[in-house]
Amino acid sequence: MDEVKNFEDAVKQLEEIVELLEKGDIPLEESLELFQRGVALSGYCTRKLDETEKKIVRLIEENGELKEEACMQEVQE
Amino acid sequence: MQQKLTVTQLTKYIKQIFSFDNLLSNVCVTGEISNYKLHSSGHMYFTLKDDKSVIKCVMFKTQNRRLHFKPEDGLKVIIRGYVSVYEAGGSYQLYPEFMEPDGIGDLYLAFEQLKQRLEGEGIFAPEHKKKLPYTPKSIGVVTSPTGAVIQDIMNVLFRRYPNVVLKIFPVMVQGDGAGKQISKALDALNKTRAVDVIILARGGGSLEELWPFNEEIVARSIFKSEIPVISAVGHETDFSISDFVADLRAPTPSAAAELVVPEKEALQKNIMDKRLRLKRALAGRIQKERQLLGQLAKSPSLRHPLDRLNQLCIELEQLNKHMGNSMKRVFESAKNKLSVVCGKMDALSPLMVLSRGYSITRSSEKEIIKSISGVKPGDMLEITVTDGSMICSVKEVNNS
Repeated sequence: MDEVKNFEDAVKQLEEIVELLEKGDIPLEESLELFQRGVALSGYCTRKLDETEKKIVRLIEENGELKEEACMQEVQE
Repeated sequence: MQQKLTVTQLTKYIKQIFSFDNLLSNVCVTGEISNYKLHSSGHMYFTLKDDKSVIKCVMFKTQNRRLHFKPEDGLKVIIRGYVSVYEAGGSYQLYPEFMEPDGIGDLYLAFEQLKQRLEGEGIFAPEHKKKLPYTPKSIGVVTSPTGAVIQDIMNVLFRRYPNVVLKIFPVMVQGDGAGKQISKALDALNKTRAVDVIILARGGGSLEELWPFNEEIVARSIFKSEIPVISAVGHETDFSISDFVADLRAPTPSAAAELVVPEKEALQKNIMDKRLRLKRALAGRIQKERQLLGQLAKSPSLRHPLDRLNQLCIELEQLNKHMGNSMKRVFESAKNKLSVVCGKMDALSPLMVLSRGYSITRSSEKEIIKSISGVKPGDMLEITVTDGSMICSVKEVNNS
């Protein structure tokens, strides 16, 4: 089993596992292992999607350094 | 008598005539550039000509600095400037103060020239274009902090993918100095690696208004940027140099927001979908195995394991019976045979013969007498009959 590099990679591996399981001609023990890994991957993906919080920040350059300032700008529909 | 002038005095006189002439002190000329040379001092030297005449030109650095385009041989231009005398050379010259291409706009020409030059350097080549991150954590937007552009980007962005950090780097997006600001913004973002991807955006406008995105300094910064840059400048039909250099061009700022993040909802649905398929596939598999097991459990050899044994016992019994019967038959037949032989034996038995009236005659030496030879009258003979024996003496011997 390969290590997961990022979200995209995890989705790809999950897809592969689903296809393998649906095809059906794997020994039962291996099927169970694959299933477990698949569930772990889908959990990882779901977590990754919610990882970052929404934030709007305005950047100011001060003495060659970038400073972040919370932005009051809101999304208008 | 005529006044004797020095060369310098004569030259100065001529120069004055030029400078007092209204037309020559502010003249508009059109012609073709030839023998163009940019001196290391920054001054431009060339000859302006038409099919019959030429005039030498010198455009000083202070004036030519403002040019957007690069003068080159063969280019037809319109010049506004003054004509004066170059004393040391003894010639008159045209000193352009303003110059623009005759025929196409100077900006457009400048655009074409820069585009060709950068293309020649290979800066637009696809090999240099970086792939955008699939799910960026933070997005930098270099644009005007006010106006519809940033609002559009935010709307689309947060609708598609709410969990993202947006960092806005405000810049001027038109006018003098805008190009420099944009370039500095890109460099600063790169230095601090503040974001995973950069959107360079500006709404629609004229070529002049969009000009900062056609400046070389911006192109260089985009090219240098290690963070991927999406260029979204102007309307769909506007193409700027930044569009060509960037890692990706978006036709509009909203389109940029769509290109930079995937739709979170679609991704979530995809994952849910896969999870469901996973569960179903496993359930299906287990169901299949159960069924198989069920079938096997039903098979008679498992349900009635003794059946076979019983069967074999029955068969064994049968065999025993048959064997018994066969043996009996063999026995009977042997018995019969024996009977027959015994019967035969009986018939041949001397005792049976005796019972029929025959007798066995023996000599006194117990020898069986079968013939008259050797028997004389007076001999003693033993005669055995079926129920006993008698001793007899021979009276006569006769031939038969």
